[in-house]
Amino acid sequence: MDEKLSLYDKIFKPRLITLSNGKIVMEKRSRKPLVILVLILATLLSVHITGFKFSTIMKRGYQFWDYLFRMFPPELSYVNSIWQPLFDTIKMSILGSLIGALAAIPFAMLASSNVIKSKIVVVLTRLFFSITRTLPTLVTAMVATFVFGLGTIAGTTSIAIFTFSYVGKLLYEQIETVNMGSFEAMESMGCTKLKAFCVAIIPQIMPGFIANSLYCFEGNVRYASILGYVGAGGIGLIINQTIGWRYYSRLGMIVVILFFTVVIIEYLSMWIRNKLVGEI
Amino acid sequence: MAEAKRKERFNPYRPGMTIQEMYEARPKAYLAVSFTLLLMVVIVGWSSTALADNSSTSSDGAAVIKSIFYGLVHPEFNVLFDFSRQGLPALLLETMCIAFLGTIVGAVLAIPFAFLGASNIVPAPVAMVFRTVVMAIRTIPALVYGLMFIRVTGPGPFAGLLTMSVCSIGMISKQFIESIEDIDKGILESLDAIGCNVFQKIRYGIIPQIAPDFASTLIYRFDMNLRDSSTLGIVGAGGIGAPLIFAMGGYKWQQTGAILLELIILILIVEWISNKIRNKLAHGER
Repeated sequence: MDEKLSLYDKIFKPRLITLSNGKIVMEKRSRKPLVILVLILATLLSVHITGFKFSTIMKRGYQFWDYLFRMFPPELSYVNSIWQPLFDTIKMSILGSLIGALAAIPFAMLASSNVIKSKIVVVLTRLFFSITRTLPTLVTAMVATFVFGLGTIAGTTSIAIFTFSYVGKLLYEQIETVNMGSFEAMESMGCTKLKAFCVAIIPQIMPGFIANSLYCFEGNVRYASILGYVGAGGIGLIINQTIGWRYYSRLGMIVVILFFTVVIIEYLSMWIRNKLVGEI
Repeated sequence: MAEAKRKERFNPYRPGMTIQEMYEARPKAYLAVSFTLLLMVVIVGWSSTALADNSSTSSDGAAVIKSIFYGLVHPEFNVLFDFSRQGLPALLLETMCIAFLGTIVGAVLAIPFAFLGASNIVPAPVAMVFRTVVMAIRTIPALVYGLMFIRVTGPGPFAGLLTMSVCSIGMISKQFIESIEDIDKGILESLDAIGCNVFQKIRYGIIPQIAPDFASTLIYRFDMNLRDSSTLGIVGAGGIGAPLIFAMGGYKWQQTGAILLELIILILIVEWISNKIRNKLAHGER
């Protein structure tokens, strides 16, 4: 009975049940009604603010297919002008993911509380990761174009920043769950922290790290359309051009090519990731 | 059996070896490692050609970064606390509403794909087809969806929310498929054995198993949607995106700083809350 009651339990008194041996236990009231009430209120508010109307979708929903029909049949002859930007996008993704993922390793080491004992360093590095992660891709890409000028360098930078934050967060979470035995053994033999980290922890985190980086690389190919909007090179550039000039059949061709690229990359990376995870 | 025998034959370790000897007898994959390294070098070399066209690198990059940081540290306070209809707090609320409803509509759209794409519910070829459909849905860039939906609803938050929901389908259904494929079928069999009908089986056998995972996925997706909401500004689909882009395009760094600051703080708070809830969902009440 001396269990602490939260505010919710004070308002909705828990049910008391007397067991056969005379002990009284409490069954707390379910939180479900409160959660459902909050969800309903939030939904109503959102419907009001966004102006969501089912009738509009019903009435004008067919318009959605309008552009899709204009995209098909795709203009096959346009294919030759797609390859260059497509390869640019893939190159940007590879390079950006690589740079970002490599840069994430030292920072992730600083952010894991089982390696670094200083609490301030850990918290500050994590805050740094959080802030980089909250920066929208659009903003980093736009700033990058201001700094590096229009082109693929800007796109690579922005992808690298995104990958850095994403892989870094997963990495330090992973480092905190590794087996610390070998790390401590290396340290007790007189290795420095860095050396012990390299030989004892990196082999443990490598498969997961590579798998996460590959997953990120997959996603980065899809961010390309946003990068193109701000002029950061790649296939997004021609997507914006075709939208702007209303060459919808060309847009269709781009989407078809993009689809096959994404499918190939996804299956390739899934295959590699399965191999990696299977090895541990 | 054959596998075990093969392993036995190629096992380099013999009883009675010292640790040093065992270490030296470890399997060495020089060929595989050097081949992988070579492949990596070739791929990176090929992709580094993307950096070749650095002709347009502007010289005042440092100045731009400096002014952005200056703007971040000195945000325009009258923009920060403008509680009118066009003010930032109102736009942030709108962004949150778009992300919230977008997640819910996305989940509703994703559920059929998830069940039809789970290989333990439908035959494998059918699952394959639906997964490919999801992949196709995910491939179309957000910009294109934005265009399509603006045609349906006109510009504004409504179009933004529909775009966001369709863009969420891919990730949500992928996660849903994973949790559906993890369902323990033994529970369903025992419910069968005590004579439950289909609805009881769904209510007591399936929903309790998948609900925490589903909730966790949705909360995470809400997080992501909030982060991606700036993209919607490009197509004029409501929320904080458009003012952000205008501010940046017009080199108004103090205004950009104010918008980014509020966005970052909001996202950090939401992320913190959502992490707490998801931890609770994953590890129980305590």
